[in-house]
Amino acid sequence: MTFLSQIQAILWKDIRCELRSKQTWMSMGLFALLVLVIFNFAFDLRVDNKAAIAPGALWVAFVFASLLGLGRTITSEQEKGSMDRLMLCPVDRKAIYLAKLLGNILFISVVEIIALPIFAALFAVPLFTGELLPIVLLGTIGIATIGTLFSAIAAATQARELLLPLLVFPLIVPVVIGAVRATGALMASSVNEPPWLGMMLAFDVIFLSVSLLTFEYVIED
Amino acid sequence: MSAPYLEIKGLKKTYNLKPILRGIDIVLDQGKCMALLGANGAGKTTLLRILACLTKPVAGTAGIGGLDIGQDVQQVRLLVGFVGHQPNLYDELTGLENLLFFGRMYAVKNARERAVTLLQQVGLARRSNERVGTLSRGQLQRLSLARALLHSPRLLLLDEPDAGLDDEGIELLEALIREHTGQGGTTLFSTHNFERAVKYSDQICMLSGGRVVYHQVSNDLEAGSVRLAYEEALR
Repeated sequence: MTFLSQIQAILWKDIRCELRSKQTWMSMGLFALLVLVIFNFAFDLRVDNKAAIAPGALWVAFVFASLLGLGRTITSEQEKGSMDRLMLCPVDRKAIYLAKLLGNILFISVVEIIALPIFAALFAVPLFTGELLPIVLLGTIGIATIGTLFSAIAAATQARELLLPLLVFPLIVPVVIGAVRATGALMASSVNEPPWLGMMLAFDVIFLSVSLLTFEYVIED
Repeated sequence: MSAPYLEIKGLKKTYNLKPILRGIDIVLDQGKCMALLGANGAGKTTLLRILACLTKPVAGTAGIGGLDIGQDVQQVRLLVGFVGHQPNLYDELTGLENLLFFGRMYAVKNARERAVTLLQQVGLARRSNERVGTLSRGQLQRLSLARALLHSPRLLLLDEPDAGLDDEGIELLEALIREHTGQGGTTLFSTHNFERAVKYSDQICMLSGGRVVYHQVSNDLEAGSVRLAYEEALR
């Protein structure tokens, strides 16, 4: 069985399980919407401060909602014991990581697709430009890459719900800063902005490389 | 004289500095079946998990079919079929989907055909398209057995496979073990039932406190004498 078909099989299994249980998508989506609604009421949005506040609110909603889903990535398999079963298979551990990562990116993306129009309506910001796509994509990849690795570490501990955000938040700070600033730059055409997209891409590549190299040692007993 | 199929030498394991296995030596030839007996916490599950490459020993070696479990992990995984305490199946998938998924993981040829045959063999053909979450404990155990046999493993590691099975399921388990050993497969299973240990196996191995305290060929043994030896070992 090739590396790619291993990834495909695990990813397909995860999608099928999620489509039937609807646990992760539903909770992530609802949480993102709640955060956006609360921020909308909490901040005094005016035309002059919108560009400063809205991107932060959007990415806080994405990050918090993502963590809900990321926490379930390995934990749910660990709780059911099916992770042991997967580990028994003669499958490359990198394939397991990549399948889980792709699943997380997909789940987070679905939530973002639902949340973005609601965000645009609530905050009255014109966000539907082609330039937003690479920002959301690179931000999502960065969050999911780190989150998938650390969900495996947290799953092996007792206080996994507490540990995952503590481990993930500090590490995704560069990506989140880049995503917030790049989104802000889209709303208010600012000049002399650093190349946020390039920085996010660099972090994604570094995170992905480190995760691929270390996942095997994290997941194996 | 051929080399033993399973050869364990000085296997040790600790969890948080607490010794679980204190130097296990076991030899089992191809086509033989060994029953592992021992009280809770004796180290049976840990031993089986090490052999299934789910956890690593801190010392000692184990060879399966001439392969080292520490060096040739992926090849060993292909040789081993494992049934644990829990069914470890995907509740959201049907029985058939579970088997097809693992069939892909083990690159089983004609996986659908093999899965359907096994589901019939374990008496779950009628429920093959129902979600695993709706099956009873005994049915889940049967499905676990089917999944363990899916890739035609040469070594079957069964951790209390009789747990949750009704009389019919127990008969099925016996038939599966006999068929497996009859085809030259090797089996190592743990149980708390002395009668079953004597009935199914060629050898009995007793663990206590992470050590082998009793090892006997069981052809000429009776459950009563094994029970006495067990009580003696625990004293």
